Formats: sequence, C-alpha cells, structure tokens
Amino acid sequence: MFKATVGASSSTSGTKRRETLATVQDTPVRRYGGLKDQDRIFTNVYSRHDHGIKGAMARGDWHRTKDIILKGDTWIINTIKESGLRGRGGAGFPSGLKWSFMNKPNWQADPRPRYLVVNADEGEPGTCKDREILRGDPHKLIEGCVVAGRGMNASAAYIYIRGEFYQEASHVEQAIAEAYRAGFLGKDACGSGMPFDVYLHRGAGAYICGEETALIESIEGKQGKPRLKPPFPADVGLFGCPTTVANVETVAVAPTICRRGAPWFNQFGRERNSGTKLFCISGHVNNPAVIEEEMSIPLRDLIEKHCGGVRGGWDNLLGIVPGGSSVPILNQKQSGEVLMDFDSLKDAGSGLGTGAVIVMDKSTDVIKAIARFSSFYKHESCGQCTPCREGTTWMMNMMNRFVEGRGHEREIDMLLELTKQVEGRTICALGDAAAWPIQGLMKNFRPEVEARIASFRAANGPVLFGGQLASDVDRSLAIPDNLGLYLDEPKGDVAKAP
Amino acid sequence: MSLFARVAHRIPSPSSRSVIRAFSSTPRARSDHLFVHRDTTYNNSKIPFEYTRENLKRAQEIISRYPPQYKKAAVIPLLDLGQRQNKGWTSISVMNYVAKLLELPPMRVYEVATFYTMFNREPIGTNFVQVCTTTPCMLQGSTEILNTVTEHLGGLHPGETTKDGKFTVVEVECQGACSNAPMMAVNDDFYEDLTPESTRKILDAFAAGNKPKPGPQSGRHTSENSAGLTALTSKPYGPGDHCLPEFS
Repeated sequence: MFKATVGASSSTSGTKRRETLATVQDTPVRRYGGLKDQDRIFTNVYSRHDHGIKGAMARGDWHRTKDIILKGDTWIINTIKESGLRGRGGAGFPSGLKWSFMNKPNWQADPRPRYLVVNADEGEPGTCKDREILRGDPHKLIEGCVVAGRGMNASAAYIYIRGEFYQEASHVEQAIAEAYRAGFLGKDACGSGMPFDVYLHRGAGAYICGEETALIESIEGKQGKPRLKPPFPADVGLFGCPTTVANVETVAVAPTICRRGAPWFNQFGRERNSGTKLFCISGHVNNPAVIEEEMSIPLRDLIEKHCGGVRGGWDNLLGIVPGGSSVPILNQKQSGEVLMDFDSLKDAGSGLGTGAVIVMDKSTDVIKAIARFSSFYKHESCGQCTPCREGTTWMMNMMNRFVEGRGHEREIDMLLELTKQVEGRTICALGDAAAWPIQGLMKNFRPEVEARIASFRAANGPVLFGGQLASDVDRSLAIPDNLGLYLDEPKGDVAKAP
Repeated sequence: MSLFARVAHRIPSPSSRSVIRAFSSTPRARSDHLFVHRDTTYNNSKIPFEYTRENLKRAQEIISRYPPQYKKAAVIPLLDLGQRQNKGWTSISVMNYVAKLLELPPMRVYEVATFYTMFNREPIGTNFVQVCTTTPCMLQGSTEILNTVTEHLGGLHPGETTKDGKFTVVEVECQGACSNAPMMAVNDDFYEDLTPESTRKILDAFAAGNKPKPGPQSGRHTSENSAGLTALTSKPYGPGDHCLPEFS
C-alpha cells in the first residue's frame, strides 16, 4: 500500500549478504512515533501550566523573536520551506510556498496593507486540536503571527476564532493584551522596528467559515459564503488586500521551527510528510486524547500507545475515520496498515485532513454514523452553489432512509452517482467533503447497506425508489416507470436477509 | 366530476406517505428556523434598544480593530454584544441598532443575523443548553445525554424553553471538543465527558442558580489520556533549550 521509507537509515543495515541479480536489498524499516517530550512543540497542550505570558516565556516563547524578525522574510520562508511543513488545516499545502506567494516580485510597489489571517474556526467533526493550542499555548500562536507575518511582510494579523470557543477566545485576548504590554506587538514589534498588530475576531457559528475565502467574507461582516478563485487571497483577500489564511497549528509551529532549525523539524516523519502534528482521537477508544506525535506514526500505534487501544481490543474495531468528518472511512484491515501522514492515507483512499481520528468499534451502526455526517453537511451548507445546497439535502434524505433500510438496492448506485455529481462542482470543498464520507462508506461497507435494505424488504415488501412501500401505492393511478415499481425483483436478497 | 370523486377517495386513504401526486401542497420546511421576521408583541422594531455606556465603549474599541472604511466588519462582534445585553437573543431592534451604529442598510445586518447559528432570533431561557449530537459525540452516547436533558427538564423537545424560562435546549453541530465527548455547552461554558448522572447534576445546579465547574466532569484536567499522561510528563524545556546556537 505504501512504500517503506528508503534511505533515511540505510546505513544501519546490519548483516552483509552476497548480492546476486535476484537479491533485493532489504532496507531496514524505520518505525515512526515515539516522539520525546523535548521534541514536542506544544508543551502546554493539556493546560497544566500557566497560559499567561510569564508561563509562556518560561517555556521558551518570545525567546529572541527579534533576531528571527531581523533575519528577514527570505530567511523565514526558506526555513519553513526546508522544514517541509505542510498546512495543518486539512489540505496539506506546503506552507513555505504558500507564504511566498505574498512576496511577488516588486511587491513593495503595492501600497495596500497586507494581512495574515489565522483560521481558528475549528469546526470539523472530530477535530479539537486548535482548541488546546488556543487555551494552553496562546502565546505560541501570537508569536507565530509575528514570525509568519514577517515572512510574508504582513502588517497585521486577524485571528478568526469560532464563536463557541469562549474560554479559548478570552485566553487569546489575554495573550494579545500581554504581548502589547510587553512590547512584542505594536509599532515596534519585539524592538525590531517592524510594526505589527494582532486582532481577535470571534465568529458566530458557521462551519463553512473554516473555508479560507468564506472566512475572509465573514471577517468583512458578511455571510460566510466562499468566493470564486481566482483571484486568490494572496492577490485580493481581506478588505481587498493581499492576504494569506493559515491554520492555527501551522502558524504556531513557525517560531519553534525557526529557533530549532529546519533540519530538526524535517527529521520527523517520512519524506514530504515531515514534522510533528497534533492528533485528536475520539470515539470508541479506551482513553480519548489529544496528543502531539511524529508524523507517519502508524495509526494503530497511535491508538494503542496514547489512547489505551480500541474499546474491546483491536479485533473489535469496525472502521476508522482518520482525518475528520470529510475524509472517507477506512476498514479494519486498512486501519492496521496506514501511517498517519498525507501520502499514506491518500494511497489508502482517504486523507489526513486535520488529524482527527474517529474510531468506531463493532457496536457502531456505521450507516447511522455516516448519515449523521450527511445531516451535518446539510446543516452547514451555505446555500450558494446549487449542487451542494440541493445535493446535501438529497444525500441526507437518502442516507437517513438507508439507516432504516428503506430503499431500493439500485439506489446505492444512484446515491454514489449523486455524490459524483456534487463533488468538484462547487465553489468550495464542502460539496466534496459531503460526498467523500458516503463514497467511503459504500466502498468499505456496502454489504452492510445492502443487508439493511434486504432485511427491510423482507419485513415490509418491495420498496420503490424514494422510499415508498410498494404496498402503499394506489394502483388505480398511473405510476411512472422510473419509480422502480415494475423492476424485476432482485433474486435471492430476501433470502439473504437475517 | 370523476376527477373530484377520485380526490375525495384519496384523502382518507391510509397511505399518507406522499402518494404519487397531489394538486397542491405547501413546500416542505427545509430548515429548522424561520428566516423571515414577523412582528410580535415581544419582537418588533418599536421596542427600543441601545447599548449601555460600557458596551458602547467596547463597541467603539471593536470598530477600531478594522480599517475605517470597513466598519461593517464589526457587525458580528457587535451583534454578539447586543445579544448578550438583550438576554441572549437578537431582536429586530438589536439588528436595527447595530445597522444604525455601523451606518449600514438594515438588510445587511439581517442577512448576517440569519446566516449564523449563534444568533438566536427568538427569546431563550436564562440557561442556554446546547447538546452536541454530531458523530464523535453520538458514538459516545450523546443521544442518551440529549434524552436525559430533555426528560430532566420536563419533557421538552430540542428547541423549546421550559415554562419557568430557566432553560432552553437545542441540539447543535460539532462544538470542537470531540476528545471530551459527549459534551454540552451551557451558555458560554463547555461541560465535557458527560454521563447521564453528571448531566442531571449540572442541570440541577443551574436550576438552583449556581454555576458548576466547567470542563470535563470525569475528573481529568483537559484532554489528556485519562489513564495517565502518555506525553509531557517531564518539566517543559525552557528558553533557548535545544535551539540553534544563534538562538540559544
């Protein structure tokens, strides 16, 4: 499924063997995971220490930030590029490259202000990592704003935090006030001569505002409806000015990477998936937790080492959603094989997303679990593009019928076709995100859906497309052919029903 | 004539699940909220609303965070401020006042207030109980929590307020505390790691006018492994530790 990393530690290969043409040299497999505390960036994830400026400085925040700023934008961006940091908000775009889009040739000639926007609108079901940064390590984020802001030559940063996070927002607000008082922000940020401001903006409960252009719209005081791209935010963003939107975790790791060096960060994880990452594990594990670990840690290790294993043992596992609600579910076999990084999960037909692991054991009604995701997307669709607005409602209705089994077997393919019609046909990725969980369900758990339909059919007789029982049809009326009433009965599925 | 006879025949038929065609029907509700304003005795534009002096000062501070030509950006924070002053709900007067303050057409404010779910456009109880029921919480038994809440408050349905006006219960989408599922938010505070017993205890405390301690109710501190820390057990490293020589 995935390639073992080649090269990272080939020098340690122990026994020498005679090589013939047919001999494939074994490369020792490097096991990822087992990050030490000294390599953890977020040292106050569990809020066990002081989140204020005193505690933060004792943990190494704001340490010689001035020197980082004075190194200049090219140095900061090159460091981030070399570190291999990829965006932690879900898409996994290389951060250094993204930030460099702000510094186009001759950018100094552009008189517009430039903004960094931090996306703290954490709403993806399963994800609760940014929350721990915001309330435990808010100074890391503020310092990250200064460093990333210097890298992209921004003049101010807006932190958009979801409205439900009240405690978190007050911690960030406190941190901003403390940073101003200490001279780390303001006209002369950290004594470097660079003016830099950080503002907090609280949202008001809309998942869609986690999409970068919707977030910009929302800060501007409008409905959070994504914009068409291009123009990209780096050209026309917040208030019509060049803007870069970045996730909390991405921004907050920047100062530590600059201070400890790109090679330090790059040594963790596989090639192109480097670094450490906060994973949040929820669902049917013995001890759900948020944990910072090395990228590329095997999913099974992550769960068994840090969360006490799956409830009832690994064999009791049904499936895992490895990256928040938007990515397809993995079955048990795949879950035992994948590594938690962008490429491995992509190869397995899923995605790392935000690193939110939702574990489901055998007691789960997986159809119901995915149907709940469909209702979530129906609720959160902004209503701007027709395929998503209508499609999410249809998907929800069909999924809710399948929970009961009220459907026709052919409707599974209709539903899949519907997801394909929504996917990629909308302005933002919410349409895709609504389609993928259903596709994953049908890919890995189709027999369960079919069995549910068959058992409903065994109990209630044939069902038309759309969920109407054949016995409810008034046969004195003309019934269109396309409702599935006159189809040949599928053979044997009544017998299959439990 | 036969047409009418047929309709008459169909109405009492037991097959109430949308029989093939009907002459007319009301469009089905596609949302759980009403998106138009209807004047009522408690919610009409004649009811005066104005910020208190303290809130007005805070509003000016919020407006100053945005470029002067984009005062509009402050609409969400200002509506939130108004909602807090107006007992937890955003009346038409609050919206009109914010529109006046920001020199906006009122419609621009109505658009925003109807789009975001945190603006309640109907009065709510003193304690606004929001139970998360999205999948990660559902896997950990949020349905049971929601049932406990509604039963304990006297058989409410989600979206309703108790008769004494003390509680409003709603079902909400993911609140971002999934490792601490199941959870509910009461007003601004998160109550996590709930069981039916702890849920009842929290509700009782609120009913008695107290505020129980927010956070996980299971005894763990935040979102660490409840069986003992698996990370960050040592003392956090200090300034300059492990840094490049030039930054140490």
